[in-house]
Amino acid sequence: MIGMILFHLLVFPGMLFTAIAGLLVGWLDRKVSAWFQFRVGPPLLQNFNDFFKLLGKETIIVKDAVKSVFVLAPLAAFAVLTLIATIIGMALFYNLGFAGDMFVVMYLTMTFSVMVILGGSATGNVYSSIGAGREMKLLLADELAFILVFLVPIVKSGYQVQFDQILSYQQNAGAIIGSPSGIIAFIIGLLCIQAKMTLAPFHIPEAETEIVEGPFMEYSGPLLAFWKLDHYMMYVIFPFLLVVLFLGGFNLMGLGFLWSLLKYLAIVVVMIIIKNTNPRIRIDTTLNFFWKYASPLAFIAVILAVLGV
Amino acid sequence: MGWYNKRLAKSLWVFHASGSPCNNCDIEILDLLTPRYDLERLGIKLVGSIRHADVMLVTGIFNKKIAPRIKKIYEQAPKPIFVVAIGTCVSSGCCFKDSYNITEKRETVIPIDMYVPGCPPKPEAMIEAVAKLVGVLNG
Repeated sequence: MIGMILFHLLVFPGMLFTAIAGLLVGWLDRKVSAWFQFRVGPPLLQNFNDFFKLLGKETIIVKDAVKSVFVLAPLAAFAVLTLIATIIGMALFYNLGFAGDMFVVMYLTMTFSVMVILGGSATGNVYSSIGAGREMKLLLADELAFILVFLVPIVKSGYQVQFDQILSYQQNAGAIIGSPSGIIAFIIGLLCIQAKMTLAPFHIPEAETEIVEGPFMEYSGPLLAFWKLDHYMMYVIFPFLLVVLFLGGFNLMGLGFLWSLLKYLAIVVVMIIIKNTNPRIRIDTTLNFFWKYASPLAFIAVILAVLGV
Repeated sequence: MGWYNKRLAKSLWVFHASGSPCNNCDIEILDLLTPRYDLERLGIKLVGSIRHADVMLVTGIFNKKIAPRIKKIYEQAPKPIFVVAIGTCVSSGCCFKDSYNITEKRETVIPIDMYVPGCPPKPEAMIEAVAKLVGVLNG
């Protein structure tokens, strides 16, 4: 029993699977972005080379930094993402869940942002502090819409708060994205994910050209490698989450495997297209967008779901 | 370390520090990083922070005010770090060689691994320099 839990946590669908798949999908992101700019783009194993290179570099712990938080924040963030990946993956691949696992995932996604804020604030660098502050504002902006998006599948499936029950509801009644409320919630969810992953147009906390990668500026060597890995792991976790909530999960038998892959890749490619066609927006514009447009729309979706549309 | 050097050769992240240049070399460096030359296919990426960098590009004559700062930036970099000097200024001083504020021995400020001469050097010359660096790392 313990052995199985460790296997699921460390190999599949937890740490190892998510990390490898994430680095590969990260390559897809860089390659498609390169095509957008009429470039060739990096080779297939580029992200692996980057990761192993960073593991071998010197780690500099900044003199002004709070050392324990500085070192532990990227590792804790990695642990948090591994846990999310395991919970979502267990629902997706093994149809297993536990009571209230959706709430656990909601909390854990927020915990990741908190780790970024802690790591950024611990460095003692001005730009990092600005980045951490912006991450906090981004969290305030997208959190409400993100939770409202979760509510739509809950209401649709007859107030079930377990991933596996939502999946079994969708197997009987069709995917939730097939209904009007489902479509609205899916689109808002896609935008929220864009903000959660700090991709363009919401890459306000990192903003390479402006505050030099923000919270991650002072990190070097293995600790930076873990931050980069965290970022690429989210390319797997969040599309999987959308697949579970709205697209009816995966079917890995025969041709169903291709259809599952298509669902996943479609979400990723839409995210990459949004990323490449939008400039960075200001923090007040982001707050405006999420509080004035996205959250009310998500709320309307919840009301529609309650009305049974 | 052969395996690690191969990984390093395939992912050189570049930080660009200008030590009082006339800005011509810096503009050529920016040209180098545009989609036309597409250095990402060689794994090269421009990073904004010296803490992430593997290669430090320096330009200019390092006048007396900037020399300590260049040294400080070099000391903040995580090792291993390679320093590539872009332009004739770093090696010989070029047209500024009689300037009153030039640092006499620029190679004593920071250890320089590779010189790319030219005023300014073409992006092609810089790509060749990078290819040589990769060749050295691969043995």
